[in-house]
Amino acid sequence: MSTPATPSLKSLLVRGYEVVIGFETHAQLSTQSKIFSRAPTAFGAEPNTQACAVDLALPGTLPVMNRGAVERAIEFGLAVGSHIAPRSIFARKNYFYPDLPKGYQISQFEIPVVQGGAVEFFLGDEKKSVRLVRAHLEEDAGKSLHEDFVGQSGIDLNRAGTPLLEIVTEPDMRSSAEAVAYAKELHKIVTWIGICDGNMQEGSFRCDANVSVRKPGAPLGTRREIKNLNSFKFMQQAIDYEIRWQIEEIEDGRPIQQATVLFDPDTGETRAMRTKEDAADYRYFPDPDLPPLVIAPGWVERVRSEMAELPRVMAQRFVSTYALPEYDATTLTQSKAMAAYFEATAQASGQPKLASNWIMGEVSRRLNAGETGIEQSKVSSAQLAGLIVRIADGTISNAAGRQVFEALWNAEGQEADGIIEARGLKQMNNAGELERIIDEVVAANPDNVAQFRAGKDKAFNALVGQIMKASKGKANPQQVNDLLRQKIG
Amino acid sequence: MHSASKPLHDLGVAELAASLRAGQVSAVEAAQHFLGRARSHESLGAFLAIDEEVTMNQARAADARLAAGTAGPLEGVPLAHKDIFVTKDLPSTAGSRMLEGYRSPFDATVVRKLADAGVVTLGKLNCDEFAMGSSNENSAYQPACNPWDLARVPGGSSGGSAVAVAARLAPAATGTDTGGSIRQPASFCGITGIKPTYGRASRYGMIAFASSLDQAGPMARSAEDCALLLSNLCGPDPDRDSTSLDLPTEDFARSLNDSIDGLRIGIPKEFFGEGLSADVRTAVEGVLGEFEKMGARLVPISLPRTELSIPVYYIIAPAEASSNLSRFDGVKFGHRAKAFADLVDMYKKTRAEGFGDEVKRRIMIGTYVLSHGYYDAYYLQAQRIRRMIADDFQQAFKSCDLIAGPVAPTVAWKLGGHGNDPLADYLADIFTLPASLAGLPGMSVPAGFGDGAMPVGLQLIGNYFTESRLLNAAHRLQQATDFHSRKPEGV
Repeated sequence: MSTPATPSLKSLLVRGYEVVIGFETHAQLSTQSKIFSRAPTAFGAEPNTQACAVDLALPGTLPVMNRGAVERAIEFGLAVGSHIAPRSIFARKNYFYPDLPKGYQISQFEIPVVQGGAVEFFLGDEKKSVRLVRAHLEEDAGKSLHEDFVGQSGIDLNRAGTPLLEIVTEPDMRSSAEAVAYAKELHKIVTWIGICDGNMQEGSFRCDANVSVRKPGAPLGTRREIKNLNSFKFMQQAIDYEIRWQIEEIEDGRPIQQATVLFDPDTGETRAMRTKEDAADYRYFPDPDLPPLVIAPGWVERVRSEMAELPRVMAQRFVSTYALPEYDATTLTQSKAMAAYFEATAQASGQPKLASNWIMGEVSRRLNAGETGIEQSKVSSAQLAGLIVRIADGTISNAAGRQVFEALWNAEGQEADGIIEARGLKQMNNAGELERIIDEVVAANPDNVAQFRAGKDKAFNALVGQIMKASKGKANPQQVNDLLRQKIG
Repeated sequence: MHSASKPLHDLGVAELAASLRAGQVSAVEAAQHFLGRARSHESLGAFLAIDEEVTMNQARAADARLAAGTAGPLEGVPLAHKDIFVTKDLPSTAGSRMLEGYRSPFDATVVRKLADAGVVTLGKLNCDEFAMGSSNENSAYQPACNPWDLARVPGGSSGGSAVAVAARLAPAATGTDTGGSIRQPASFCGITGIKPTYGRASRYGMIAFASSLDQAGPMARSAEDCALLLSNLCGPDPDRDSTSLDLPTEDFARSLNDSIDGLRIGIPKEFFGEGLSADVRTAVEGVLGEFEKMGARLVPISLPRTELSIPVYYIIAPAEASSNLSRFDGVKFGHRAKAFADLVDMYKKTRAEGFGDEVKRRIMIGTYVLSHGYYDAYYLQAQRIRRMIADDFQQAFKSCDLIAGPVAPTVAWKLGGHGNDPLADYLADIFTLPASLAGLPGMSVPAGFGDGAMPVGLQLIGNYFTESRLLNAAHRLQQATDFHSRKPEGV
């Protein structure tokens, strides 16, 4: 069976089923203080040292909206092309739990602050767009600590009231790979615009995946929600397991029950926490303590004017200014640091495409091997530009360039020119010396010369190879070709 | 030192503040005098907490400021707070077992603002549990007695506040009004009380009953005293209460003496229907006649949805309360059941033990009307009618400057008089609920006496932000009548 170049729906079917995935992501907003109080939000403090009277829901306390959280929501909406609601409503989600001090969570229900929009990314070389339903502001709950106390539970309210932006997609994703690519792109956007630190271990970026399967053309299947996917690796494993499990259930004649499930990285399995039957009635109603959130057009425009260039805008600029292919431009705008590294290299070398090739090739390979980011690159953009200049002006070959890069990476030299000099990597541009080598090789291989003259092109290539070898790789292959053809052609 | 002709406890806030400034009386003397009265009238059930050391420390500090010339406008004036306001130095219970012994780490904004103005706190005043009630009989601690007839209720929920002022245990008190809780006890006890426009006074530190309705206000003997207190307790509080209005502080006493010649007073026909008892009607019509004598004109108006205000209020207020009271779960503060099997059992026992019947009733009603499948039919519908009620007032204010009518259909009823019939209590709120639902300022002004020689209150309702006009009309009435300065026998 042949694989088409662009994956069609058919090729994505799993045992004849279409996979449907939607995401809900909680991005913790990078404000100094909480969403409705002035307590700090820093991670890792001693339990209950960062919770004030409002966070503890002491009698008489009231919420006051943190403008910084609203601005971050506006920034996100602008980054993904959403409608910023001029008037949105905070609602109370009522339920009892010890780590929920007020007995309700302040969230947005019917009218969220960010409406619509889309996240665009490449899956392989295919461009994808996942539509957003909404993004709304809400407060986080505290944490229950079940391990530290025998027969009792501890409550840490440091996290209570931490601002979250819950970002909800349409069920637009059709594979675990696409889901992970979406999550990575979303992660890139929120960290790029600086509204979230993106730290998944600390829970700053938590994903819930709604997964269902159906026969192509059938109505949507019953979904199960996988909660708290805190790494991209587990995300893919969990979704893949869930897809297999759902298909097997259906194949075995057991209909899927709507449920919330958790992924256990140790077993690689998902298991149900609660089913729809015990779903709570949250009794949402508009929070009478908070007037509607009114965002005047001027506020949106001010936020827009203060925002950094967005990745997709920057990618378009890379295409138009540096004539990069769209794929290169998208790849290079994976992070702000990566984009800055590229721009510095491209400008210093005057060779944007070569800079892109080297960064996406040699540089990325080494960063990936070391699992580090561009910030930790052992070759600076200036060093790389120095190397690229020498390739572009013909001083060294690509092959020699890789040797120079290796040396720079291993700190065996400070800059390309010094290494080229020290290692004698300059291409042989001296025609006299090259002619001498060619003459020697022609003289030593009369058989090849005869065969070439008899019409065998392979014999010519063999001679070129001999000449390159004799020049220790420093000869310019094009020049060798030209001179040899003159001499024996 | 005090040598005025009247005993100290007959002085109003304005007079007392002037005497304190003039050095005719010291803050310590005034505090001791009122603390002594509170002790000797304990059986009225007005106070839930008194701490003489706290009071005397405040009084001494007030005297020091008076001596140093740094006195606030109310320096040294004793005042007591409804126990719905949280206070650092005194327990804050909301009249509930749930908060027995609870100490707040901060003062309510209203408490702080009055302290900044110089008042000395006499203690915390009895009220219906979480301000839910209209007789003070829902206090978890003790009922309060009406000083005009000890066998009758003082009204509620700010019952303790009304008793303390009427019995001269304090020159003034704070109250809160959600559906009439300042106006109705003021009416029952023959004192003056005003609920300002919703958002005038910060709700920070008021233990919440129904957030969209709760509003603080002063209760005192005269409109003049209320104006003085209101000027000092209102003001924006943007860092603590998002519903507090961004309006500059006002001198609400500025137009007290303005003429009311030509004032158009709207008389809603729905306030004078069959449900109004004859004695109250006679008293209210009497003072309306006084207004006419001063040149005011009575204009017939209609507030057609007056009756609907009862079901609307008893959906919205319990809905908000059911959510506001969720924080009392035994986890963080307040009462927690001693023995329980698991988490859910802890919640159930804690709340079953900590809350009284009326609070439980409203939590259940509120939970029901917010439930999936009922929300639209009850809560949303109630909100729609609430807006119509507010619109009705705007329509009415096209033809009048303020609205007048009775505060309550009857005078104070007998303790236990409504028995176990909460509906009887709810129906008695009919005249105070409309202004609450619309967020309008309203006040109760003594208007004479009805059956059993019990006080009757006149209700004045103004358009938004027209407190000074209400106070002006009330003050002019009090210049022409002496109902507000009468006192119960034996006081």
